[in-house]
Amino acid sequence: MGHAHHGGGGSTTANIGLKRFAVVGSPNSGKTTLFNALTGLHAKTGNYPGVTVARFEGRMRLDDRDPVVVEDLPGTYSLDPISPDEQIVVDVLDTDHHGADHHGADHHGSDHHGAAVDVPDALLVLLNATTLRRSLGLVAQIQQTGLPICVVLTFTDDLARRQGRLDVPALTRALGVPVVTVVAGHRDGLADLRRAMAESDSWSTPVVAPPTDPAEVTAWIESVLASSDYQVPEVDHRTRRIDAVVLHPVIGTAIFLLTMFLFFQTIFTVAAPLQGYVEAGFGWLGDLVAAHLDIPWLSAFLSQAVIGGVGSVLVFLPQIALLFVLIAVLEGTGYLARAAFLMDRVMARAGLEGRAFVALLSSVACAIPGIMATRSLPSARDRLATMMGAPLMTCAARLPVYILLVSILLPAGSRIGPFSGRGVVMFALYLLGAVSAMLVAAVFKKFTSRGGPVLPFYMEMPPYQVPRLKTVAAEVWTAVSAFLRKVTSIIMVATVVLWVLLNLPLRGDAELTAAGVDTGSETAVAAYVIDHSYAASVGKAVEPVFAPLGFDWRINIGILSSLAAREVFVATLGQVAAAENPEEPAAALTAMRVQDGPQAGRLLFDAPTIAALLVFFMYALQCMSTVGVMRRESGSWKWPAIAFCYMFALAWMLGLAARTVVAALW
Amino acid sequence: MTLADLDRGQRAIVVGYSDVVEPSTARRLFDLGLVPGVEVTMIRRAPLGDPVIFQVGDYEIALRGAQSDCITVESAG
Repeated sequence: MGHAHHGGGGSTTANIGLKRFAVVGSPNSGKTTLFNALTGLHAKTGNYPGVTVARFEGRMRLDDRDPVVVEDLPGTYSLDPISPDEQIVVDVLDTDHHGADHHGADHHGSDHHGAAVDVPDALLVLLNATTLRRSLGLVAQIQQTGLPICVVLTFTDDLARRQGRLDVPALTRALGVPVVTVVAGHRDGLADLRRAMAESDSWSTPVVAPPTDPAEVTAWIESVLASSDYQVPEVDHRTRRIDAVVLHPVIGTAIFLLTMFLFFQTIFTVAAPLQGYVEAGFGWLGDLVAAHLDIPWLSAFLSQAVIGGVGSVLVFLPQIALLFVLIAVLEGTGYLARAAFLMDRVMARAGLEGRAFVALLSSVACAIPGIMATRSLPSARDRLATMMGAPLMTCAARLPVYILLVSILLPAGSRIGPFSGRGVVMFALYLLGAVSAMLVAAVFKKFTSRGGPVLPFYMEMPPYQVPRLKTVAAEVWTAVSAFLRKVTSIIMVATVVLWVLLNLPLRGDAELTAAGVDTGSETAVAAYVIDHSYAASVGKAVEPVFAPLGFDWRINIGILSSLAAREVFVATLGQVAAAENPEEPAAALTAMRVQDGPQAGRLLFDAPTIAALLVFFMYALQCMSTVGVMRRESGSWKWPAIAFCYMFALAWMLGLAARTVVAALW
Repeated sequence: MTLADLDRGQRAIVVGYSDVVEPSTARRLFDLGLVPGVEVTMIRRAPLGDPVIFQVGDYEIALRGAQSDCITVESAG
């Protein structure tokens, strides 16, 4: 489904001047597998000008000459585009009007400027040998572009397994272009293709170009199939047998719910021990710093800002990696298409379609790949509605915040029925996020539905497959490296800036003594400095806004700092707590009390405040990367502005409601 | 008869598209292999009744009632 990679970052500008191959093909033709096999893990991601359709290219070496660049284009069934994904393929292949305006497909709301897209020198057109009849229509269209092409046949092993037949040399003659077969998972599976790519300057072209008129295209396809002795593969009995169970009205629905449940359980249970190792590693680092560093401010900086702040976020690496492993596996087997099929009717209630479910499910990892996944939706209104709802799905960045708050709220051993109390609250948070996302999408769909064309819904049901390790690894690596980049850049910078703001202005001993602080106690000094820091002034300045929700300046600073990245909230509270009680910051957090005002003395993190905080984090759009992606995907600042405002309003009002309800019940 | 009228396991041959289909939709249905003359088999309905999976030529595709209803077919015996 859709484009299999996400993440972002890196650069595609270093490959100028090299020979370019573009990989074109329909979804499910094995494009991503081939791309990964050709370029390994060296792929770079970037964006096409004007739209955030992720662009993937990598280098490979064919012989002793310069390396060549391979570009993976989004999957498409046709060069008559109806979605932004497909429009990109047309733009890249458009040799006549490069940079010029183009017609059609403007209804999806993205602003294409088409400029400065590199024209590939040659095309690798992927054909799934088991769906040859349908795929040849795309070949006919692509041959109209006049670019040199080489047809790459995939899934020939599947064709043989299902008693199909194809005479490849005859197909080569019928098409008039080189045809090579690749076998996935074989060491030498790519040898023929590499040889063909090395000789791309002498690729043959058909004597007569294929027709364009639909009726003639059908006749052309028939003649090509007949002359290449094509025997249609039998029904894939393995897939039919699995579908009989997996799509069964009762059993299938149960399997779907169980899969979703296990999906979230795995993320928490399997990742927890791994998380422990990362934590232990940082603990060891902290001890090392304390033992060997005699410069107090440097030691404090390293242990509080770097290890305490950044480390507290890095702890969630195992969970994020696991999340992407699971999504890649679900996608690789073909089950994600089935899940979308099962959910289509439910999504229809919100005015959306099954593929929007996949976009929302991806948002559980991060709203950014989720919003990018909306590119597979043909309808502009569906895209916008899904985009507005996607940030409400509980993303991986909220996870650290939720885990911290829930563990303050409930002791480790608490139970609700037979289940762990913490687990139930976490599941409820995920569920509430998902329901809210659907409701919001439904509301936006209603308000934006003003005529416009009704676009067709269709979804290919690919045969089941064993996921390829390399494809899963590539996706997880993309996600993990994106997270590490985020931690070492924006989260690191935000944490350091906060550390500075929390520790300035510097206080002299005279001033501390005058204020009645015991200058002999490091903890007392640290607490006084933080309470009177620049950060505290900012936190106190916004108190009128957040006071009804029970937040004090320390929480406010956490919320403001979480605008850099939600995880920074944890890092900020970690710093504040570490100053009060360096030995046990978690205990300091639990024991923290409101310092002044009418509620002075109340436990800061009491149940109503935590409820308000959880709900606030559930609804508020605190992620500037999401705002940026929304801007690029929707083509204007209007939608991210609307999203930011509606989500802040919802977060504040529902946070207040949660506080009131919990205060009445607890 | 349209594609939406098929029962489970029933086969039919695509004849054409109904008049209400937008040109862009018709073009896409054509590109998806739903061309006049192709044999279509109804495979199964989703648990909630819609969409429906059809075998079209050599592959399987899920269509909503709104789409299958505008593809005219004739029974294939």
